[in-house]
Amino acid sequence: MGLWLQKWGLGGCLFFIFAHMLTVNGQSVDAAGKTVAEYLAEAGYNTVRIAVERNEEIVPKTKYAETVLADGDVVEVVNFVGGG
Amino acid sequence: MEPFAGTPSREEMLAALEKRQGVEAVRKLQAATVAVCGLGGLGSNIAISLARAGVGKLILVDFDCVDVTNLHRQQYKACQVGLPKPEALLANLKEIAPYTEFETHFEKVTEENAAGLLAKADVVCEAFDNAEAKAMLVNAVLETMPEKFLVAASGMAGFDSGNEIATRKVTKRFYVCGDGKSDVNDGIGLIAPRVMLCAAHQALTVIRLVLGLE
Repeated sequence: MGLWLQKWGLGGCLFFIFAHMLTVNGQSVDAAGKTVAEYLAEAGYNTVRIAVERNEEIVPKTKYAETVLADGDVVEVVNFVGGG
Repeated sequence: MEPFAGTPSREEMLAALEKRQGVEAVRKLQAATVAVCGLGGLGSNIAISLARAGVGKLILVDFDCVDVTNLHRQQYKACQVGLPKPEALLANLKEIAPYTEFETHFEKVTEENAAGLLAKADVVCEAFDNAEAKAMLVNAVLETMPEKFLVAASGMAGFDSGNEIATRKVTKRFYVCGDGKSDVNDGIGLIAPRVMLCAAHQALTVIRLVLGLE
């Protein structure tokens, strides 16, 4: 570890730790490079009951399959349950 | 409909509101138009709170009629069972706030008609009971009406503590009230005060948005 740190420095170490990380509903998630559709399926969301915001912008449902999540994205998935 | 005998004048009601809420707040609220989509346990309570607070115009939308199973938590009377909800709520609201401007629509909100129904609203309240309808409206407003504020609700069923009902700011223009998880379809029921807490969170958020406090 000492040698490794010497070679790559702290920046490289942090890059290694935080690569592919983004935030979903306040939690760090390793999902960069995945599409919104892939992430939602893996996380078990029912896509007809949610709204997805990425970096303060709505992700239209028709764009879930083509929107690729990137390092540092801030994503909010709002899940609706019944009752009113 | 004529005001009832003994109803205070518009000026008297405005002066009373200003005394309680402040002149500037009342001026801003009077200038606001708020749409309430769904007039059940959430929407009927939201509409009454906003009318009492002096919101100038309310757009009220629901496709349903008052059912006996609504009476335990929705602001209707037993004698109104069978009436379209917009018509019944309008009658009740006019008794409470006779000088508020109301627009009612007895129809289902869809992706196609949402922009037309909500065109004049500064703030939209999502107050449906069906999760898929909630998501549909929220996506439609956020995708096609980015200039509007949106206050939605998710999770107010069951008998858990009211302290779990909260307002979450998702983005600058989008707020969600509720506990985020209690689903009426899990057979946990709905009880008036818990639904009213969520409705109160929504109504207060609307008022805070109109007053520029959010």
